[in-house]
Amino acid sequence: MADLLGLVVDLAERAAPGEELEAYASHTRETDVKVFDGEVESLTVAERAGVGVRVVIEGRQGFAWAATLEPEIIDAALADARDNARFATPDEWHGLVTAEEARSNDAVTLDLWSEELARTTTDAKVAFALELEAATRAADPRVRGVEYASYGDGLTELAVASSHGVQAASQRTTAGCVVIAMAGEDAQTQTGYGLSAGRAFSDLDPAKAAADAATRSTRLLGATQPPSRRLPVVFDPLVTASLLGVLGAALSGEAIVKGRSIFVGREGESVAAPCVTLQDDPTNADAHGATMHDAEGVASRRNDLIVEGVLRGFLHNTYTGRRSNTGTNGAAVRSFASTPGCGARAISLSPGTRSPEDLMTGLEEALYVQSVSGLHSGTNPVSGDFSVGAEGLMVRDGAFAEPVREVTIASTLPRILLDIAEVGTDLEWLPGSAAGLTVLVSEMTMSGA
Amino acid sequence: MLDEDVLQQTLTRALRDGGDFAEIFVERRSSSSAQLDDGKIEELVSGHASGAGVRVVRGETTGYAHTADLTGEGLRNAAEAAAAAARGNGGGAQVIALTRRHVERTHEVTDAPETTPKARKLEVLARADDAARARGDSIRQVRAAYADGRRRILVANSEGLLAEDDQVRTRFSVQCVAVGDTGMQTGTEAPGRSVGFELFDEIDPEEVARIAADRALTMLSARPAPSGKLPVVLRRGAGAVLFHEACGHGLEADLVGRDASVFRGQVGEQVASPLVTLVDDGRYAREWGTFAIDDEGAPAQRNVLIEDGVLTDYMWDHLRARKEGRPSSGNGRRETYEHLPMVRMTNTFLLSGEGDPDDLIASTPHGLYCTALGGGQVNTATGDFVFGVTEAYLIEDGKVTEPVRAAQLIGNGPETLRLVDAVANDFDTWAGTCGKEGQGVPVSSGQPTLRVAELTVGGTAG
Repeated sequence: MADLLGLVVDLAERAAPGEELEAYASHTRETDVKVFDGEVESLTVAERAGVGVRVVIEGRQGFAWAATLEPEIIDAALADARDNARFATPDEWHGLVTAEEARSNDAVTLDLWSEELARTTTDAKVAFALELEAATRAADPRVRGVEYASYGDGLTELAVASSHGVQAASQRTTAGCVVIAMAGEDAQTQTGYGLSAGRAFSDLDPAKAAADAATRSTRLLGATQPPSRRLPVVFDPLVTASLLGVLGAALSGEAIVKGRSIFVGREGESVAAPCVTLQDDPTNADAHGATMHDAEGVASRRNDLIVEGVLRGFLHNTYTGRRSNTGTNGAAVRSFASTPGCGARAISLSPGTRSPEDLMTGLEEALYVQSVSGLHSGTNPVSGDFSVGAEGLMVRDGAFAEPVREVTIASTLPRILLDIAEVGTDLEWLPGSAAGLTVLVSEMTMSGA
Repeated sequence: MLDEDVLQQTLTRALRDGGDFAEIFVERRSSSSAQLDDGKIEELVSGHASGAGVRVVRGETTGYAHTADLTGEGLRNAAEAAAAAARGNGGGAQVIALTRRHVERTHEVTDAPETTPKARKLEVLARADDAARARGDSIRQVRAAYADGRRRILVANSEGLLAEDDQVRTRFSVQCVAVGDTGMQTGTEAPGRSVGFELFDEIDPEEVARIAADRALTMLSARPAPSGKLPVVLRRGAGAVLFHEACGHGLEADLVGRDASVFRGQVGEQVASPLVTLVDDGRYAREWGTFAIDDEGAPAQRNVLIEDGVLTDYMWDHLRARKEGRPSSGNGRRETYEHLPMVRMTNTFLLSGEGDPDDLIASTPHGLYCTALGGGQVNTATGDFVFGVTEAYLIEDGKVTEPVRAAQLIGNGPETLRLVDAVANDFDTWAGTCGKEGQGVPVSSGQPTLRVAELTVGGTAG
């Protein structure tokens, strides 16, 4: 592979006097297989690479990117970034992180690369995807088809360097599969998905993904729209992970310093039930979003966000950390085509003490939410409004009962956090930046017939 | 963009070991954006990308490879990788000599992004910031963003097609945060067109800012949205995404072919109220989802999908149409050269009817009046869809009364189409980004003021 670190270090050394210069580059090799009806529908093999160049001159920031590693185009990006900086408003908090700030006492070394995945043949990946689809069809006679079955992986190298002497490089692998089963006939169709993810090819469990998709689609057969009412709600681990994504955005330093979050000005206050402890820990190698350093080259660390219901911290990059007088805590996130934002990479609730089954035992009537829709249009991290589409199962006397569809569940984000009655023990790291766990919320409004 | 000999050689290499069809898609993109946030010109960003994707189809299997290396060698490597990936059983198609296809543009771009000075792009941001803050002290945050993009594409395939397009888009958005006794609320307005800087000849930055600011201010006094089934009136432009979700996706031939659409096998049948005529029009001049050729080289066209409630046709890309022995409908699109094309919407419009919009509201004793929306989502296999309403009011005794807070609406596509019971004679459109299997493409939705007799409103008020 290309010497990415050499490339960004050379670029950073071109800083003019009085200019701060940072270069960030990534290179990814990807394979993606989709199968349909026992045949390979598409097989994509690809490499992608790019560089982002950021300059800060007297508090003015400029940025440009190029989706290539070609020297002339990178030169043009550097010139563009410098020109763009001329037009920005000076901002005292702009500036690159220093090498001292970037280091952390508790920096960890993580091995996030699977040589086994790098060596896996395309044939093996194709066979895997075909097996995933076949296993899903075979899992239950009521599965009439597979809407989508895919395998995908990526081998990624990253490097960042700055004129302040920051240098960081890392590499990681990810592999995953997704399958969506269709159960029932025509108007009775229900769908359900299963997935599996890891760093190595052998981490994937296609049998589990197939069984999950079959179970999740067939158990919704016969679903009807129930009458509206208020009731306790149990979130499936996948739903919880999506919700943590929304909370992570509301806890980003950027949302905080710009006054765009329900958490503005609430540090030190009780914002959630005492059973809620939330952290972002990209140093945990089990998390798919684990990294040794953030997108500005700052050593990753565990950040406590909510501890026993009390708001304790936010996710900062260099800009928001300086503006908040806390300094960065290593939470810069970006692609080569954007300036660093801030956000979660490995966000998780701390597990409770009871399994999902035990957690539901005492529930006379509740809604188990298997999946939600419209999460982006239905949640607002500024106003806190929360209203999303849902499907799942009623829980009666502690056990799954009839399936329901075409309902919405609504509350507000602050209310949901305070209404969390219990967190399960079933922590599972999911693809992306969050962990799943079963969560019981004591009351939400379900809208239906 | 590339020498015809190189294209021909690449296609020939792609089919050397067999295959039914080969295609090369070349793209050069440049973009610039600027953001004014928190009273500061925060960020100017420029970006460039170029590359090509080679596709080889053998039997049921498509092999795809893409590269940022547009040299003869880079393209040859991509052709070899795509050929190796296409491992179905397929015949030995020959590459037919390339013939350039000329497609008439719907409109010309007059102020190209790359020749528009950066200072002019920043000036509209400053005007929007001032206009939004002038709406009152309750407006605490204003973020104004400008973004333009130019995308030149070339498509050549083994059937002899050679076509090019030059697509320019410009978008302007304002988001405001208002703070009051009831907490914080947001308001957003984000118009976009397939034009250059002349966008600002037809949209006024101050007006966009005022709409966004007033939306946030209005929501400060909103009460909780109702929960349960209600008649819903959608103001012109504000509800078109409902039809994009309720039936648009379900009419995409790839999903139909996978038996993942509730509209499969229903061509010629009454699937909607007779008031519903739905078209997908990739040639609506200046609109956000408009282009001359799609990302497979097919000319964009106006396709009638539902006429007076009767399903007339699905939307098609090259691969799905080829299987059925019919022409593509110009709906084969991809986000970038790094993606395979699939069936996508362009500008999807529900056509106007005859009623007066005010009469329509006056004839609604009780319901919800939606005037701004967020995005939506659909499960095409079940037909269940949602969409987020970000500005809405109650209708009481035929009059628009109090604002209500943001909520999700949920319904079932086929049921909702039948429940459209009034369509007015006005019309407006809305620019958005449609996501499908991880690819985002610019689309527009449009509709007159109309009423759905019953939809489930996902608020919290009993």
